Amino acid sequence: MSDIALEVRDLVKTFSLDGTTIHAVDHVSFQVKFGEFVALVGPSGSGKTTMLSILAALLTPTDGQVLIDGQDLAKMGEKQRVKLRREKIGFTFQSNNLIPFLSARENVEFMLRLNGKLDHASRIRSDELLARLGLAERLHNLPAQMSGGQQQRVAIARALIHNPALVLADEPTASLDTERAFQVVKTFANLIHENERAGIIVTHDLRMCQFVDRVLQMQDGKLIRVYEDKDEIMELATATIH
Amino acid sequence: MKSIYLATYLALKEVFRNKGRFFLVALVIALITLLVLFIAALGEGLGNGNRQYIANLDAQLVVFLEKSDYIISSSRLETNTARSIRRVDGVADAGAIYTSSTEIVSLDEPLKVSMLGAEPGRPGMPPILQGREFRTGEARETVIDRNVALRTNIRVGDTIKIRSTQGTKDEFFELEVVGLVDGQSYFFQPTIFVPAATWEKIRPQSESELNSDTPYPNIIAVKLQDPTQIEAMSALLMERVPNIEVADIQTTINNIPGYSAQQGTVQTQAVFTLLIGILVIGGFFQIQILQKVPQIGVLKAIGSANGMVGLSAVIQIIVVTALGVGIGGGLTYLFSLGFPPTIPLVFNGVNSLVAVILLLLIGPIGGMVSIIYAVRIEPLKALRLG
Repeated sequence: MSDIALEVRDLVKTFSLDGTTIHAVDHVSFQVKFGEFVALVGPSGSGKTTMLSILAALLTPTDGQVLIDGQDLAKMGEKQRVKLRREKIGFTFQSNNLIPFLSARENVEFMLRLNGKLDHASRIRSDELLARLGLAERLHNLPAQMSGGQQQRVAIARALIHNPALVLADEPTASLDTERAFQVVKTFANLIHENERAGIIVTHDLRMCQFVDRVLQMQDGKLIRVYEDKDEIMELATATIH
Repeated sequence: MKSIYLATYLALKEVFRNKGRFFLVALVIALITLLVLFIAALGEGLGNGNRQYIANLDAQLVVFLEKSDYIISSSRLETNTARSIRRVDGVADAGAIYTSSTEIVSLDEPLKVSMLGAEPGRPGMPPILQGREFRTGEARETVIDRNVALRTNIRVGDTIKIRSTQGTKDEFFELEVVGLVDGQSYFFQPTIFVPAATWEKIRPQSESELNSDTPYPNIIAVKLQDPTQIEAMSALLMERVPNIEVADIQTTINNIPGYSAQQGTVQTQAVFTLLIGILVIGGFFQIQILQKVPQIGVLKAIGSANGMVGLSAVIQIIVVTALGVGIGGGLTYLFSLGFPPTIPLVFNGVNSLVAVILLLLIGPIGGMVSIIYAVRIEPLKALRLG
């Protein structure tokens, strides 16, 4: 089995607006290995959310290739893409992450139900994961009865519970205070590493980069720089703090 | 199978966790159900009051005077017509029917009734529920509808007094009640039956009619040997008997003055109530789906199939609609117990069943637009709308 969870080859996404062609993603290539946590950063309009939508099989690229766990998105029909999202991808969104009428435990278990994997053992695993995220006392709470940080942690548990190849997080800390944001991303990073999944976090908050293994910086749809050196990454993260 | 299970799980969880909101929607459906069932019952009751006697005739054909346009009050047949009809091959029996209205005055409150002349033992005379049939000739005897007995406490053996305007005078006649019949309302009034000769004597009549002792029947009810040969026998009768026109029972009912217009009005009301119901329920579910767009986006983004999301919406609508129709049916039953007998409410099983089936369909039909929207919306668009 390959250790590459995600491979992006020369990816292009263009939009047409009032007769003008906009290159939201402009010939981008990179790989993410299993057990690697990567940050996708850049200013607003740099193309990072578009990139994430393509990686999540929610948006079709104009050109180029995306392979998730060896499966080429371009060769898939809609049903296969739905199946891929269900089995191979875990997803947390900026907000409105959870099904509002399901409790924390039910939200996580729903991912197992979708995949036909809900049994006694997986239920225990689900409760343990929520406990690990500090939500042991909140299993039966509905999303509306939890804070934003708690909701994000439930979403993280849901994104990981079915052991997907790729976990995508779109600005998961956008609505959180600094302390909770650090706590959420740190836990996320730990779980990605422990479970040997590939994780990509899209963030405009460079401080969150201190928890990742690699930083991909985008601007005007292009991948302009890749930070791989730990010192460089810490410098990038801490520079914004001071 | 997994989709059905997941869709049911999601649909029921949402209803259970938002009991108040869904109960309110169910309550609106219950009120629409109440309205539709009452309109259906009222239509049946009004129709019954108008047609019951004709509908219950032990006959397949009704003979009218030629060119009377099948209107009973416009038809006045020769006295020997019934005998001529009985001689036609294929006719099992024929009975002359005489119609008019009168008023029973020997009560605390005078009661308007339809007074029908009929021949004992022949079509037109309903089966006796209690007592006996009246004698023929000018016997001052009557058989009354059970509805009259229930409203007035008149019993078999009692004597009633009726008032008829003859010429310019009010005349009063006494009749002995000798029997009871059931379900014989005609022209919105309960009925009393009298012998033909007695009917001619005591019916309201104009000055010019006072000199005649000959009763002319309005219509003749014809019972066929083979009840399936309605069209052939109708043609045969018109060929053999002069100056008549023949109609089946339904045509006769439809030509009772006001009947078709009344039923048309009630049916139009019922249809409009259903249409309004579809719009209201459709509006409810549309708003609900619009509120749930981000949730639909999340469901689709994490790998829920379109079919499952749509099915979940359908199941939810069916559950809420069924709950509403159930509550509405129960409320209708409770209210119907408290209504006075003067309000003509008749809960006909078939009509109520049709209404209930239509009501169960209005939810899914009304919610169709929102279901299609839920199925078609792109997950990314749904997430952005959130």
